Amino acid sequence: MEALWIILCGSLIAISCGLLGSFLVLRKMAMVGDAISHAVLPGIVLAYLFSGSRGSIPMLIGAAALGVLTTIIIELFYKKAKLQIDASIGITFTWLFAIGIILISLFAGQVDLDQDCVLYGEIAYVPLDLLYWGDLNLGPRTLWVASAMLLLILLIVIRGYKGLFLTTFNQEYASALGISVGFWHYLLMSSVSLTTVISFESVGAILVVAFLIVPPATAYLLSNQLKHMLWLTVLFAVLSSIGGYFLAVLINGSIAGAMATVSGVLFCLVWGYTIIQKKKMMIEY
Amino acid sequence: MKNIALETHNLTVSYNRRPVLWNVDFELPSGQIIGIIGPNGSGKTTLLKAIMGLVKTSSGYVKIFDQDLDDVRDRVSYVPQRESVDWDFPASVMDVVLMGRYRSSNLFKKISQKDKDIAAEALEKVGMLEYSGRQINQLSGGQQQRVFIARSLAQGADLYIMDEPFVGVDAATEEAILNLFSEMKKEGKTVIVVHHDLQTAKAYFDWIVLLNTRMVAAGPKEEIFNEELLQEAYGGKLNVLSKVGELVREKDFPIREK
Amino acid sequence: MNSTLEFLSFSDPNVRFVVIGTMILGATAAMVGTFSFLRKRALVGDAIAHSILPGVCLSFLISGEKDPLWLILGAIISGWVSLLMIDGISRTTKLKNDTAIGIVLSVFFGAGILLMTMIQHSGNAAQAGLDKFLFGKAASLTQDDIMVFSGIGIALIVIVLALYKEFKLVSFNPDYAKVIGLPVKFLEFLLATITILAVAVGIQAVGVVLMAALLITPASGARYWTDRLGKMIIIASLFGAVSGFIGSYISYIAPSMPTGPWVVMALSVLAIGSIWFAPKRGVFSKLKLSWQNRDKILTENILKLFYHLGEDEGDFEKPRSFKQLLTSERFKELELTKGLKMLKKNNLLRKKGETWFITRSGFKEASRIVRLHRLWELYLNQRLKLEPDHVHNDAEAIEHIITPEIESLLEKELDRPTIDPHRSKIPYPTE
Repeated sequence: MEALWIILCGSLIAISCGLLGSFLVLRKMAMVGDAISHAVLPGIVLAYLFSGSRGSIPMLIGAAALGVLTTIIIELFYKKAKLQIDASIGITFTWLFAIGIILISLFAGQVDLDQDCVLYGEIAYVPLDLLYWGDLNLGPRTLWVASAMLLLILLIVIRGYKGLFLTTFNQEYASALGISVGFWHYLLMSSVSLTTVISFESVGAILVVAFLIVPPATAYLLSNQLKHMLWLTVLFAVLSSIGGYFLAVLINGSIAGAMATVSGVLFCLVWGYTIIQKKKMMIEY
Repeated sequence: MKNIALETHNLTVSYNRRPVLWNVDFELPSGQIIGIIGPNGSGKTTLLKAIMGLVKTSSGYVKIFDQDLDDVRDRVSYVPQRESVDWDFPASVMDVVLMGRYRSSNLFKKISQKDKDIAAEALEKVGMLEYSGRQINQLSGGQQQRVFIARSLAQGADLYIMDEPFVGVDAATEEAILNLFSEMKKEGKTVIVVHHDLQTAKAYFDWIVLLNTRMVAAGPKEEIFNEELLQEAYGGKLNVLSKVGELVREKDFPIREK
Repeated sequence: MNSTLEFLSFSDPNVRFVVIGTMILGATAAMVGTFSFLRKRALVGDAIAHSILPGVCLSFLISGEKDPLWLILGAIISGWVSLLMIDGISRTTKLKNDTAIGIVLSVFFGAGILLMTMIQHSGNAAQAGLDKFLFGKAASLTQDDIMVFSGIGIALIVIVLALYKEFKLVSFNPDYAKVIGLPVKFLEFLLATITILAVAVGIQAVGVVLMAALLITPASGARYWTDRLGKMIIIASLFGAVSGFIGSYISYIAPSMPTGPWVVMALSVLAIGSIWFAPKRGVFSKLKLSWQNRDKILTENILKLFYHLGEDEGDFEKPRSFKQLLTSERFKELELTKGLKMLKKNNLLRKKGETWFITRSGFKEASRIVRLHRLWELYLNQRLKLEPDHVHNDAEAIEHIITPEIESLLEKELDRPTIDPHRSKIPYPTE
């Protein structure tokens, strides 16, 4: 049962991340996703500090706002201060992440967070933290949170499909049609921020990045249509979670780390497959 | 005077604070195929972007059919440069053409059958209907261009603004586009095209705007194609104007008092 | 306070080693990072840093000890593998460079975490301290570590100094470097290797996660102080060394504090401070420039008003009341008061009782501005073929910009005209 809970939570989180990450990859904003996932840390620490060990919903939203703020800071460095984009990203997220770690060290006694958890989360403890309704055991709390998150992301991706599709493919054309590119940009950024904050507890700040980028990138290599890409992303997300869990059990290591590793292995398999396909095509010609 | 499709009034646009368009002032008639011609870096693409509200203008305004852009969005269509998008994007030809049916009002609604019919009709017009299921990364340059034009046609606009549609296309595409132009003209549509090749311009267009940071001349092609005007447009930038432009950038000076 | 004195006196040999070691690490990373920054490969540095973790863990698993040389060897190998993979992904697939970086970074790091937790759970006593690679803890470094890392740091400095010119050319203009016969491939390989080495030793101070900052942040800050590569490297290295000092100091007086985040904090403050306050390129000095421009426009417009009023009435010396000035143009009251004060200070205007006069030098200045305005109008009219009723707004702004050099060019090009497109006289100084 424990294994099932962990795999289920891992899959739900990976699917949410992957769906949003698909658009990040297509927008060439993968590293912005990386930056957001690091930069929300100080927000999370403060949220824990003010609301006890479990972040309440307003606090989570506050922490997610920091993710959106990160993208604004990056833009300010880039546009106003004319700093090149890679350096703008690099400075911003390392700085905010450093602040987060300093806050953790400062409030070590008051915050139920440690540096290891920041890096790779505590998905192994998911089955221990159960939700009760009266005496009724409703299953792991994380499972409920992750499901709610996935529902929200599904709502955004399905209802906003046309908007995301258009503004990702061709921003100028979208503006020429009178469609607000900024709205879709910030909708995506705030969804990514919120997802990172919620996933943080389970998989840590850095492995969220693996879920954001790797399954969509793998799916992208195999698909010629956005819808296919999204479905394949879901598939690779689930496979990574299942494979990761068993790998971690096998060698007694971090589950989140193993999930990232498996997603990387899947990527390499698909990458190799596409290279072989290309070679074959060349020979046929 | 004929109906005016597009008017720019004293349009000044800066890029990186340096003015790249300076007081561009013209009126273009409707129902014509119009070429905007000028050397590299003369601000042609910027002019189109300013017309479509994609770049901030430092001064002046644009009127389309004597109205503001926001009031006539449905009547204007924009074809960006082919290179401006990533053709590796996972989408089919039909997906792209259907974008021409997107509006801010129907963005959250499903694509209707009517939209699909209109998109198919547009593909037919550019001779690409049999490719509608094809992935866009498998198209040639000319086919990509035709897909972009079909997307624009699907909008059902009256004024079409195209950025370098003839760059890097094959002869078949060139002919298809030219046929399309004359058909559109018959229907009373106006087409404004940015074009860099002086040789072909005379054959392609009815009207010409000569541009080189400032507007050199605008009018029917017979009036524009003379040695003197061409020399002026292609003979380099105005010395004083570019020096002042450089100063504006260096000193970060506002180009208009506000 | 005692501990501060103890720290600064360097009486404790451990402190001495740690501080000097951290400073050298910070400076070397900053120096090497300057090249990464200029080659727009800042985030690649981030990927290398994350990718080193599995290498370090693997070399520990194989060698069974924490010998710094072994760990560095592992680091170099996995650093190189990560670079090759980033390159391979962006070359052979349709994925773009940033996605390639993100994939390699997160997967390698995930694998590193997996290996590290595996080692920790295995109960191997020698592993204690392996997790220090995550956030760095300079204070726990041994003397041997510091010797090895400082040795590498100094070697890197020597390499960069020796190949300074070649590296410079490869960073700024690789095509040209190829044309003149430099071994570009080899130099790029060397640059990548020293970056990996700098990262491998730098993570001792700040850890894997924040290593990117040690590479990028000093160079970004230094960029705002200079355009010259040599100076930029020196400033960046200084930033790196100072931050290394601050980080190890804080970690000394508060042992629960990890070194890395404080080094990064110090670096960020230095860099963001530079971005704001550096002369010329800084945001603040740009703001100042635009305030100066605004004042210039304001005072010149007031002078121009004196000229126009004088021109209309045929009397330039007539005194003007504040109210008259306020109503004749679209000035705001506060603005006008400020402008008049500035003009008085510069002796361009004089105040007598409640009225204002234009001085001789003020008149000269006023006619210069009017002249520029009218010359520019004429230029627009003749060269840009704008209608006379379309030229005024443009000239209102440009009159404040034109330098004497451009003025004489205009005069020459327009053949020293006397009448503007509105049939007003263009005033010239009377010799």
